Amino acid sequence: MKEDGGKTWREALRYLGYKGCEPDEAAKEMLLACFDQAEKEIRPRVIMGEFPFTKEDTPLGERLDLGLFQTESVSLARNLSGCFRVLLMAATLGIEADRLLHRTQAVSPARAAVLQAVLAALMEEACDRWNREWEETYRKKGLFLRPRFSPGYGDLPLSLQKPLIEGLEAGKRIGIGLTDGFLMTPSKSVTAVIGVSRTPQECVLEGCASCEKKDCLFRR
Amino acid sequence: MGILELLKQRRVYFDGGTGSLLQERGLKPGELPETWNLRRPEVIEELHREYLNAGADVITMNTFGVNRFKFKGENGETPKALVEAAAGCARRAIQDRGHGLMALDLGPTGKLLKPYGDLEFEEACSAYKEVVQAGAAAGADLVIIETMGDCYELKAAVLAAKEACSLPVFATVTLDERGKMLTGGDVDSVTALLEGLGVDGIGLNCGLGPVQLLPFLRRMTEIASVPVLVNPNAGLPKSIDGKTVYDIDADAFAEAMAEMAKAGAMLLGGCCGTRPEHIRKLKERCQGIPLPVLEKKRRTVVSSGMKAVEFSGPPVLIGERINPTGKPRLKQALKDKDLSYLLSLGISQQENGAQVLDVNVGLPGIDEPELMCMAVRELQSVLETPLGIDTSDPAAMERAMRIYNGKPLLNSVNGTKESMERIFPLMKHYGGTAVALCLDENGIPETAEGRIAVAKKIYETAESYGIGREDLLIDALCMTVSSDPKSALTTLETVRRIHEELGGKTVLGVSNVSFGLPMREQINAAFFLMAMQNGLSAGIVNPNLPAMRQAYDSFLVLSAQDENCSRYVGIYAPLEAEAKNKKKAGDCGAIGLSERPADGPAGALPEASSLKASPLKASPLKESPLKRSILKGLVKDAEAAVKEALICKEPLAVINEEMIPALDEAGKGFKAGTIFLPQLLMSAEAAKAAFAVIKERMEESGQEQESAGTVLLATVKGDIHDIGKNIVKVLLENYGFRVLDLGRDVAPETIAKETVKGHVRAVGLSALMTTTVPAMEETIKLLRKEAPWARIMVGGAVLTEEYAAAIGADAYCKDAMASVNFAMKILKEEKAQEPREAPEP
Repeated sequence: MKEDGGKTWREALRYLGYKGCEPDEAAKEMLLACFDQAEKEIRPRVIMGEFPFTKEDTPLGERLDLGLFQTESVSLARNLSGCFRVLLMAATLGIEADRLLHRTQAVSPARAAVLQAVLAALMEEACDRWNREWEETYRKKGLFLRPRFSPGYGDLPLSLQKPLIEGLEAGKRIGIGLTDGFLMTPSKSVTAVIGVSRTPQECVLEGCASCEKKDCLFRR
Repeated sequence: MGILELLKQRRVYFDGGTGSLLQERGLKPGELPETWNLRRPEVIEELHREYLNAGADVITMNTFGVNRFKFKGENGETPKALVEAAAGCARRAIQDRGHGLMALDLGPTGKLLKPYGDLEFEEACSAYKEVVQAGAAAGADLVIIETMGDCYELKAAVLAAKEACSLPVFATVTLDERGKMLTGGDVDSVTALLEGLGVDGIGLNCGLGPVQLLPFLRRMTEIASVPVLVNPNAGLPKSIDGKTVYDIDADAFAEAMAEMAKAGAMLLGGCCGTRPEHIRKLKERCQGIPLPVLEKKRRTVVSSGMKAVEFSGPPVLIGERINPTGKPRLKQALKDKDLSYLLSLGISQQENGAQVLDVNVGLPGIDEPELMCMAVRELQSVLETPLGIDTSDPAAMERAMRIYNGKPLLNSVNGTKESMERIFPLMKHYGGTAVALCLDENGIPETAEGRIAVAKKIYETAESYGIGREDLLIDALCMTVSSDPKSALTTLETVRRIHEELGGKTVLGVSNVSFGLPMREQINAAFFLMAMQNGLSAGIVNPNLPAMRQAYDSFLVLSAQDENCSRYVGIYAPLEAEAKNKKKAGDCGAIGLSERPADGPAGALPEASSLKASPLKASPLKESPLKRSILKGLVKDAEAAVKEALICKEPLAVINEEMIPALDEAGKGFKAGTIFLPQLLMSAEAAKAAFAVIKERMEESGQEQESAGTVLLATVKGDIHDIGKNIVKVLLENYGFRVLDLGRDVAPETIAKETVKGHVRAVGLSALMTTTVPAMEETIKLLRKEAPWARIMVGGAVLTEEYAAAIGADAYCKDAMASVNFAMKILKEEKAQEPREAPEP
């Protein structure tokens, strides 16, 4: 059961600012109802492609080539150390999620806030699920996957969304678009780089631990 | 010979995919194929030649992704240059092979339209027009709009093609395995939209292979009156060693496409993974299959971006509630542009069974075209119910038809020359099904005979515009029975004869019949039932009234339109059970006020160490039911409790002694970290419901609640996240502020303009992403210049105290309560400066 403290349940609570506290009965009931409704109405979609990964030393620093784009990001280089290929992924809960949020907002802003957190947690859960599937597939080939790393993490610029999304044809295949400011639409969408390596993972910072913003309210 | 002439003689063949063929010739991953029109035109030309050799009649120009959003003119790669180069490649191949037509190819823009994306409908339309104009000038023979996943973007593309050139237009969409487009449309809704817009051929492409597409193609040929085109992928994609391959070969593809031809497809080709070989075999395999006879299907249908509603079978329920006549709350909401309220009216009607929603926003002194467009945009962004545009303002009608995502219901046209000359050209251009009133220059005929004569005249005139009678719902006109006892009979006779003698579809605004009578609902329900029995196709009714729904649900059972009565039983069996339970509970004693038991171990004060305990348990023992229901966030209880409280207290006393303390307590708990966001908001909602009751009471007694002042809220340009702003709005409203909510992705100029217009003192700006903070800074600068009196608070995930100061804001609000406090502080300063105002109690 979700309320027993599974990862997705805890993520949703974290987005709502519970910081490890337990919700009261009324909030819990609303969370459960939102999970139910979201799981009924949304359909997570994903596309993934495998690309070669190479590094080149330039006067400006190390230049990474991930097939669909090049970057000098230091944080990504750290994440991909020891990797020789990358998986590039794009995933979304679809416009259904945005529509559901908008509709809920008109009826109950409280429920919309909870739903927002639930959807974000479900997006994360779906990504974890696909990630595990890919991990298994690659392990059979004797290969290992690194944690997901997304544009906007560390010094990896958000503008890389453009080559990533265009290169994966995420628009026509799963409906992800970009705004002029490189925000993805629908709003519950994720892109990420996943390194492929021949050796198991060393200790790598991921998620909040890898983020520069140390005073974030939502930090784990 | 053009494609339309060719189609009259035989089946037409399109070409196949290009992506994988270009990759084999060196196109790198991520490299945009259209750049090769300029860089390697010989390769593109060669590809066209191969398809013409394989027997394709139509080659698709390499312009799928050409638009101003993807190509901004770097290295000379403007949309115009790329289209001209593509046309050059196609033309040379056709000249070389001596046959073939070239289709200008339009794909999705790669951006999502508003409100979920940042692209304006008209901007999408104008971007497509730029490509269409270049393509037409460069000699394209037709336009093919393809791989569309969003009906709304599809409409923008079709309008662009129709308005910027006179070439034949074909449009195909992409479906998933459930038969749905990315934004939720299906074969029925897209067929309604495209036929309404008057395209020359419609169809399906990409996404699936021919086997998976066959059932959806069958549905399309079953309902479409125009030629159907299908360009499937070579089966389903598989990833082998990082490369995408498709799972069926040319022989299997041709075999499956033969089924498409037999199912009525008149234009056939391929998409991803198909090659010249696929087209060659497909053509060989299909040539012996007889050409289908294309019939007009004459279906009466309206649609939204997600769903089509057909007027056949059981009568269609059209919800009448979005109409300000006699509804003060809606009037106020429209004046305030409070679209949430409008939306909630739509949601409740849809939940009560309305299949189409009539939208009327006509109020004296408002900009009706603008308000109608706002209402349509808001409703269509959430509800799958098709909308009816109900207005007598010609500009409002045209503008709303243009931005409507689907084939709308139009309310209305009538038999006057002026009305028909105004509405029919719009219907021809944008599509639509119109309510046609049986009246003309001579007024409303008194007899059924007279009304039928008007209906016939409307049919004939529509015909002369190329509009079939299937796109008209004749309104036999329902008059007030209390002023003319025979009027209902005349209306019913007209309905019956339009249905029986002319085979036409009918509609009635049912509620008019009972004006001036008590218990109107009973008359309305009975009249509705009689009208349905006389063949009524649709009723404009209030679906929220149980009597109307009961009449409708019973009619379906009694007219054998509810198989095994299962619909009826599904609705009413649970209601009967519920009623029985209530009776039982009533027999056992009084029903409690609360839905949930409101007690718990009370009394203990919160301790620093007991943060995990629910803070609400710590409330003082003797609190009023109203305060308790607000703290618990129980909406229904709060409504009931406030009514109780108003029996012995003045409205203002209830607010100040019970509600404000409850809100303050919740706010303090939130600040202390003992109450969390969901509870805070639930309390806010309960308080809002209680306020609504008080407000109503005060209005009845002529009192006015003093507003705490106006706060303007907006999410800044480029940012489409608005949940934080919405939370702030709810709390501000609770504390009596009037909130001017400008929405999300709002330009600095709009924010400044509205601030100046309302001389607003407090402005709240929200931004979620680092990338949109510059827009916030820009907005603040403009506000300082245009509205120097305004105090600005900012909030959002990426902001900090320092960041807020750096971009020049007056305050950083880390959460919604902080913004309430800031707004109150400003208000106090303002009051202090204005001695005319009474001091605060």
